[in-house]
Amino acid sequence: MTALISILVLIFIFVAIWQMVKIFDLTQTGKSTENNQIANDNDNKVNGYLMIGFLIFIYAITIVCIAKYGDLPLLSNSASEHGPSVDRLMIISLLVIFFVQTVTQFLLHYFAFKYRGQKGRKALFFADNNKLEAIWTIIPVIVLAGLIIQGLFTWTSIMNVDEEADPMVVELYAQQFNWKARYAGADNALGKANVRLIDLDKANILGVDESDPNAQDDVIVTELHLPVGKPVLFKMRSQDVLHSAYMPHFRAQMNCVPGMITQFSFTPTKTTAEMREVPEIKDKVANINKIRTENSKELIANGEEALEPYEFDYLLLCNKICGTSHYNMQMKIIVETQEEFDAWMKEQKQFKNSLNL
Amino acid sequence: MSAHVEAHAHDDHGHHHKETFITKYIFSQDHKMIAKQYLITGLIMGIIGVVMSLMMRMQIAWPGEPNAFLQTFLGKWAPDGVMSADIYLALVTIHGTIMVFFVLTAGLSGTFSNLLIPLQIGARDMASGFLNMVSYWLFFVSCVIMVASFFVEAGPAAAGWTIYPPLSALPMAQGGSGLGMTLWLTSMAIFIASSALGSLNYVVTVLNLRTKGMSMTRLPLTIWTFFVTAIIGIVSFPVLLSAALLLIMDRSFGTSFFLSDIFIQGEVLHYQGGSPVLFEHLFWFLGHPEVYIVLLPALGITSEIIATNSRKPIFGYRAMIASVLAIAFLSTIVWGHHMFVSGMNPFLGSVFTFTTLLIAIPSAVKAFNYITTLWKGNLQLNPAMLFSIGLVSTFITGGLTGIILGDSALDINVHDTYFVVAHFHLVMGISALYGFFAGVYHWFPKMFGRMMNKNLGYVHFWITAVCAYGVFFPMHFIGMAGLPRRYYTNSAFPLFDDLSNVNVVITVFALVGGAFQIVFFYNFFSSIFYGKKAEQNPWKSNTLEWTTPVEHIHGNWPGAIPTVHRWAYDYSKPGHDDDFVPQDVPLKEGEEELQH
Ligand code: HEM
Ligand SMILES: [Cu+2]
Ligand SMILES: [Cu+2]
Repeated sequence: MTALISILVLIFIFVAIWQMVKIFDLTQTGKSTENNQIANDNDNKVNGYLMIGFLIFIYAITIVCIAKYGDLPLLSNSASEHGPSVDRLMIISLLVIFFVQTVTQFLLHYFAFKYRGQKGRKALFFADNNKLEAIWTIIPVIVLAGLIIQGLFTWTSIMNVDEEADPMVVELYAQQFNWKARYAGADNALGKANVRLIDLDKANILGVDESDPNAQDDVIVTELHLPVGKPVLFKMRSQDVLHSAYMPHFRAQMNCVPGMITQFSFTPTKTTAEMREVPEIKDKVANINKIRTENSKELIANGEEALEPYEFDYLLLCNKICGTSHYNMQMKIIVETQEEFDAWMKEQKQFKNSLNL
Repeated sequence: MSAHVEAHAHDDHGHHHKETFITKYIFSQDHKMIAKQYLITGLIMGIIGVVMSLMMRMQIAWPGEPNAFLQTFLGKWAPDGVMSADIYLALVTIHGTIMVFFVLTAGLSGTFSNLLIPLQIGARDMASGFLNMVSYWLFFVSCVIMVASFFVEAGPAAAGWTIYPPLSALPMAQGGSGLGMTLWLTSMAIFIASSALGSLNYVVTVLNLRTKGMSMTRLPLTIWTFFVTAIIGIVSFPVLLSAALLLIMDRSFGTSFFLSDIFIQGEVLHYQGGSPVLFEHLFWFLGHPEVYIVLLPALGITSEIIATNSRKPIFGYRAMIASVLAIAFLSTIVWGHHMFVSGMNPFLGSVFTFTTLLIAIPSAVKAFNYITTLWKGNLQLNPAMLFSIGLVSTFITGGLTGIILGDSALDINVHDTYFVVAHFHLVMGISALYGFFAGVYHWFPKMFGRMMNKNLGYVHFWITAVCAYGVFFPMHFIGMAGLPRRYYTNSAFPLFDDLSNVNVVITVFALVGGAFQIVFFYNFFSSIFYGKKAEQNPWKSNTLEWTTPVEHIHGNWPGAIPTVHRWAYDYSKPGHDDDFVPQDVPLKEGEEELQH
């Protein structure tokens, strides 16, 4: 069956090519004697019009993409304090890009159409114009300077950890192919750790120094809970290869590097429950569930289980190639009120109690 | 007089040594033959690279669905026609490597630098024909090794074309990091040697063998870009080589340059004190210039083709040279923009943001100058010209999103997502590929003495152009929705379920676009044998290569090498009857050479 379809597709492609060549051939009205494979006035005309067609195609695909996929939860609805400044800069940059793209593509394709060659016409001998060149050197300089300055301010404020704000310290620990989080406990100081201290028999899976007083109240979990409105300072570690802790809803990302501790800090601003009620997120979830029900029908017909309905959750994804299951290295993030967080935390085992002795 | 004697010496030379099949076609030292060898090898590698990308696209669009195509090609890697996750990563890696290094570095530069440098500067051959031959054969060997790595039991290298350690360093981290990675590193080391020999040859030839009158400011822009590209290569490839050597030491001799504190598969490894970030610095010190090594020759080719087919001088010749030089310089100090979230000092991130956005300026100047060259021209829309205009279009589309990726604050959220895949495919992949195609259509008559069929060329261009946008434009949006690159499937995240439809659309565009490359290959190979015989100067071009006879001869010109009297862009110059004035035509009395 597949073979038959493949053959049909191939035949179809060849027919299509042949037809198109014929069409280009037919446009060579009368002049078939001058078959020297160099563009003549007719070719210039046909391809000139196609240039305009192509310009329309570029605009169309832009519009379709923006209309269908432009309403991105990643361009609005950020869930961290610094998020809106990133989004604002992103939108400004996208607008600049959109404007320049529209104008320059127009000029390029329109000129290709307008000045398509005709026998006997002579091109303008126009080799240089310092004024013009100065203009289009200076305009990008100004625009880029604006973007750079905005960008650098945003970047610096994101990357500078405000120690004054007394952030909650959380370690993100990456390994092929899962995530763990370690909370610092009441002292807000993580116990020392090194992979050389890993002792699987004792269930010391993160290599935390058992003799370090700071380590005793640390809490190790596989689901990341964060209290809303409280700054968090993540300390990233990896035990094997590079991973990257990517938390798109919070506009946050930092690589996890073996042998090194990296960090990233942000303040969550919306609880998971609040985010689930945001209209755009609701739309997105509804749409995804429609697709999932559709796919489930097929699965059921094949005697398999239906897909579970999707509910919105913040996620931590791995975003640095790390091996076979790189595509499925995730951890759920739950942002909740301080009370909910405290209640949850109380139920977790402290490091000193989690070891097999 | 002396030129005349020299020419005779060459003629004699040609008569005395009968060329055998082997010295003419295989171990040839003639730059025109070597150019063809590079071209054919590059095209074959291109087919392999494209087929790989189509397999990846099928996997992404229809994950888990049995696929006869995959089963046929991948055999044991796709049990029951479903590709395994490991082989997906291997395909990503080898596709990226082949496309960047083998097709668009060696294939593109190797073909056109070899063909055009001697012909356009007026030299009888490269400075060293022997080194040139060695360079090609090293390239060939590295291709063979890279392809052979697919037949390794545990699979080829699969750590991404960036081969970041520890993933690439530890066989237990990934199947492909065993023998597969060894072959990858060996292949690349040989490749770098080949590239170094080639580049040195290009630089020396351009500096020393220009014909009388061919001053640097009369050089066609093609030669300028090949020249600058070769210099960038000489500066940056050795750094990759040293990174590769250090990685080999870590892998095989237990050193710890890039590795530290690793616990994997239940055991602690002895490595201590190294840093993967150091590797990233070394890699991108080559890696970023590499994208310009890929791109600049394509821009040079385009400059030449757009001027010739617009029947107008290239606008702002000096500015074009200045911007190539600026890009070359800046390209060596922007590598950190690939590492904003690598854990390096955030202040460094600020510096690299600054230098990166600076590089946008010469790039913008180039784009504007191309557009102005079209303005009030008399455009001959040959296939080569269409591909050149297409290049400018994708260069703009892809380049603009660099403003986002180069901005560290924004990169946090789109780093390593499909936004990046969209960006670099358009600005580097597709643009350079268009430059490659443009060059082939334009210089085919010079290479093979025959013309390619223009109608097949038109079909090829328009389908490719539509499919290229269809594939890579929507990817920006997938990336902004947060889908990471190098994901075997997005079905592990319900969050991305609403992207499956776009992914199918993209794959259909990719399959159609890929299939239509058959048109090009058919046209190319059949025209070699059955194409219409070419005239000496079919595009009415000014540069010197069109003053050589159609039939290739050793030494390029039968008599003396022509002397150059003007720059390469006297198209439609007032005071001349023809709309072109070749470089070897002396200035008329009272005519002024454009000096600007
Ligand atoms: C036929 C058109 C092409 C298609 C359909 C295509 C498709 C793809 C796909 C699906 C990926 C993997 C994305 C991922 O999972 O992260 C990829 C990666 C890549 N492609 Fe292409 N590609 C094409 C042409 C090119 C060209 C011309 C270049 C030349 C520069 C290129 C260079 C790369 C590189 C460098 C990577 C990244 C490899 C990595 O992540 O290690 N591709 N391409
Ligand atoms: Cu990972
Ligand atoms: Cu770069």
